Amino acid sequence: MKFLKFLLVGVFFGIVLVKSEAVSWYRIYEMFKFQSFHMYGIIGSAVFLGILFIWLFKKFKVKSTEGKEIDLIPKDKGVTRYILGGTIFGFGWALAGACPGPMFILVGTGVFSMLIVIAGALLGTFAYGVLMKKLPH
Amino acid sequence: MDYILQPWPWYVSGPLIAFVMLLLVYFGKTFGMSSNLQTLCSIGGAGKYSDYFRFDWKANRWNLTVVLGAVLGGFIATQYLSDGSAIALSSETISDLNALGFNEVGETLLPPEIYKWENILSLKGILILVIAGFLVGFGTRYAGGCTSGHAITGLSNLQLPSLIAVIGFFIGGLIMTFFILPLIFGS
Repeated sequence: MKFLKFLLVGVFFGIVLVKSEAVSWYRIYEMFKFQSFHMYGIIGSAVFLGILFIWLFKKFKVKSTEGKEIDLIPKDKGVTRYILGGTIFGFGWALAGACPGPMFILVGTGVFSMLIVIAGALLGTFAYGVLMKKLPH
Repeated sequence: MDYILQPWPWYVSGPLIAFVMLLLVYFGKTFGMSSNLQTLCSIGGAGKYSDYFRFDWKANRWNLTVVLGAVLGGFIATQYLSDGSAIALSSETISDLNALGFNEVGETLLPPEIYKWENILSLKGILILVIAGFLVGFGTRYAGGCTSGHAITGLSNLQLPSLIAVIGFFIGGLIMTFFILPLIFGS
C-alpha cells in the first residue's frame, strides 16, 4: 500500500512526458538546434515553479509525509565530474533522444527496441562503477 | 476531452513536471530517474565488482516503483489519451532532418531510422543504440544525475553543481547534434 502513491506518481509522470512530447527524439533534436521554444518552455517553467515551491517549503518549514522538514541534500562540490559526466550524458541524450526517465516510458509506449538502449545504459552505469576510482571527480 | 487527447503545450506540461518533483519531495524522497540504473545494477549483482553497487537496494524500491508507474503511464498515454496527431515540429527541424535522410519526421515519437527493428539489425544500427545508451548511463552516473535530478530538481534547489552538469548536457548535446549526427546519418 505504501508503494501505491509512488506507482501513481510514476503513472502521472509517464503520461505527462508522453503528452508533452518530451519523450520524442525529434523534440530533443529540435531543442539542441534551438529551433523551437517547446522544450525550453517545459524545462524553464518546471524549474521556475520548482524554485518557487522549494523556497516556500523551506520558508514555511513544511514537513514531508515522513515527518521530516523538507531539505534536499546538496550535491558534492566540484566541477570536473559535472562538466565531464554532463558532456558524456549530453552525447548520449542527443543520440538516443531519450534520457533515463523517457527510456522507460518509451518502452511503455510500445517501442521495445528501447530495451537495447536501457541495456546500454546499464552497461554504462556498470562501467562507471568499476572505473570510478580512476576517474577525475 | 479534446484538450487531453491533443499534445499538451509546454505551459501545461512544465508545471505538471514540477508537480511530480514536488510530490516526491513532499513524500520525503527526491526526483531522480538515473539512480534507478545504479539500483538495477546492484540487484543484478554488480556489488561483486565495485563498492558503488554495494548498498541496500531495497531502500530504493520506491523509486523502482515510480519507474514501473512511468512505463504504465507511457502505455496509458499512447493507448487511451492520444489522438495520433503528428508532432508539431518547426519547419526548419523537419527540413534539416529530411536532409539527413530522416523521412517520416514527427509522425511517431521516435525516428524509424533509429528505432525500427529492420534498421537495428545491422552492425551500425545496433551500435547506435548500445553506444547511445552507454553514454547516457556512464555520463549520468559520472555527473551524479540526469535531467530529472540535475536539470529539474538541482536547479530548483539552486545548486551550482547541477548548473555545471546542465551546461555539460548542452556541450555534449550540441556537439552530437551539430557535428556527429551529420557524420552518422548524412551521406
